[in-house]
Amino acid sequence: MTQTTGKPLTKERLLALYRTMLVIRRTEEQLARAHQAGLIHGACHTYVGEEAVATGVCANLRADDAVFSTHRGHGHALAKGVNPAALMAELFGRATGVSRGRGGSMHLFAPEVGLMGTSGIVGPCILQAAGAGYSFKLLNTDRVGVAFFGDGAANNGAFHEGLNMASIWKLPALFVCENNLYATEVPFSQSAGNPNVAERSAAYGMPGVLVDGNNVVKVYEAAREAVQRARSGGGPTLIECRTYRTRAHSEGMRDAGYRSADEVEAWKARDPLKLLAAQLPADDIAAVESEVKAQVDAAYDFARNSPYPDPATATTHVFSE
Amino acid sequence: MRELTYTAAAREALAAAMAKDPSIFVVGEGIGARGGNFNTTAGLYDLYGPMRLRDTPIAERGFIGLCAGAAMTGARPVVDFMFLDFILDAMGELINQVAKMQYMSDGRLKMPIVLRGSVGVGGSAATHHSGNYYSIFAHIPGFRVVLPSTPYDAKGLFNTALRGDDPVMFLEHKLLLNTKGPVPEDDYAIPFGQASVVREGGRDCRVTVVALAAMLRKTLDACDQLAKDGISVEVIDPRTVAPLDMDTILQSLHKTGRLLIVDETFAPCGIGAEIAAQAVDRALDDLDAPVKRLNGAHTPTPYSPPLEAAVIPNAATIEQAIRDLLAE
Repeated sequence: MTQTTGKPLTKERLLALYRTMLVIRRTEEQLARAHQAGLIHGACHTYVGEEAVATGVCANLRADDAVFSTHRGHGHALAKGVNPAALMAELFGRATGVSRGRGGSMHLFAPEVGLMGTSGIVGPCILQAAGAGYSFKLLNTDRVGVAFFGDGAANNGAFHEGLNMASIWKLPALFVCENNLYATEVPFSQSAGNPNVAERSAAYGMPGVLVDGNNVVKVYEAAREAVQRARSGGGPTLIECRTYRTRAHSEGMRDAGYRSADEVEAWKARDPLKLLAAQLPADDIAAVESEVKAQVDAAYDFARNSPYPDPATATTHVFSE
Repeated sequence: MRELTYTAAAREALAAAMAKDPSIFVVGEGIGARGGNFNTTAGLYDLYGPMRLRDTPIAERGFIGLCAGAAMTGARPVVDFMFLDFILDAMGELINQVAKMQYMSDGRLKMPIVLRGSVGVGGSAATHHSGNYYSIFAHIPGFRVVLPSTPYDAKGLFNTALRGDDPVMFLEHKLLLNTKGPVPEDDYAIPFGQASVVREGGRDCRVTVVALAAMLRKTLDACDQLAKDGISVEVIDPRTVAPLDMDTILQSLHKTGRLLIVDETFAPCGIGAEIAAQAVDRALDDLDAPVKRLNGAHTPTPYSPPLEAAVIPNAATIEQAIRDLLAE
């Protein structure tokens, strides 16, 4: 487990973390309803249950740090600063979407806030984050590259090649494994000879930490130490966050036969929002609730009322000119 | 004019670009102090050090994915892959990431990455070091695919590759690397999508031959033989297969009425099929005979010299193909 460093977080800081997690939660719930209503044309992988990871990591990042994300990337986008309205509009296929309707859930791009893409392919984000680290080092900046990826990606060759290169060249990068115990519906315990991902860091000669991915403060502290190390030339860190997806792999998919109801309930009892709310005044939580509800309602209205893209733009930007 | 080898001409472009632009870095196996397996980076490590001349682990998928991330965040990577066959492990990174990034981001991210290295059959390199595969990349939206055939073109096209913001496959046929030719000292650039009429046919010329990379020299040798019989041939080198300059090919076809595409790589779904289809589609009335293709055999590349020679066109088979087409 990570060492706790620095001062305890202030109430304001904790509330800000709570607010980000709640924006993710309420946006995802709205997206799930919208999926049922037929407003989402393709896939929708929600981040419900895993909010503490993106929130705790991204709270340590600047807009000019680069995040490379996964197929389950709504939380990373929102935590990095994407507006929920632009996220929803993208899933609704609208011209106001974060990728102008080209991508949907798995191709969210907002480089202006350092979201360098969610992805439909498992693994490349690890290599790209190492590459951002290379770029930032080459250009003499103190920016960092961050990859979020799941336990499934930890078994992909990109993990091995990316972590090795980041380590030998001491790249300013964070590798954040969101171990939610299943690659879609395949248990990690059945696909990993050593199911402790953090321990694999030793093989690459970099620090690795295992944190409770449902405890946003623990994630925040681990990421703070790793980001400081990266910015100051100390090289990369692997952070494994044990967490759990409480909804189905993808909206509309059956969610049975591979995990027990008891397991789901046990993780719901450790809901990251509930864990943090218990430490904060009820009045403050209620105020954040009402503020976020208004924001997500407005985002939904904006997205639903946005125009579809002009079909004439379907083939633009294949090349740079 | 001074003469340089093909490799030295491309290296001159790279060295000048690296001197001007600190965001350019090169990755590859042995491209640092060693200077590259084909001397592609000779002398540059001493000038720029390891951060800009980066020897990599043997992890082609990894370092191409890394370069994609670097290109998305302000750097300009040059991947020196030595043999094209080696980067087949990176096809997912290339097709799903590198080629699609500008589109996926609605043009807000650029992908200025040059992937350069050797292709082609020759020197008993055998089947894991002889791939061409350029038709595959030309098939994918998002790639520029360049096949220089002369030192002059190598420098001018490499300059264009290094200055643009698109992914470029810069493919150097291994039999051309040590060939010499005139190369100006100035910093000229040759635009992509501009074919070269390498040999202009006379007024009585009745055949156009499109030839790429190492097939160009062999085609010109065949033309010299044919000239002895008074047969005139117009020869066009597309220089880039994506974009493909069909207009220059069709202008020639309009004049000659016959078209042969000589292509070292496989015929099925290849660049020759694309050229033929476009010729039929856009210039059927100009055709006095069927469009013909002369390709390498549709087989992996064998090692033994007589076997290797049997799977690719040569000056004699090209000459015969031209005679056959003229007889149609």
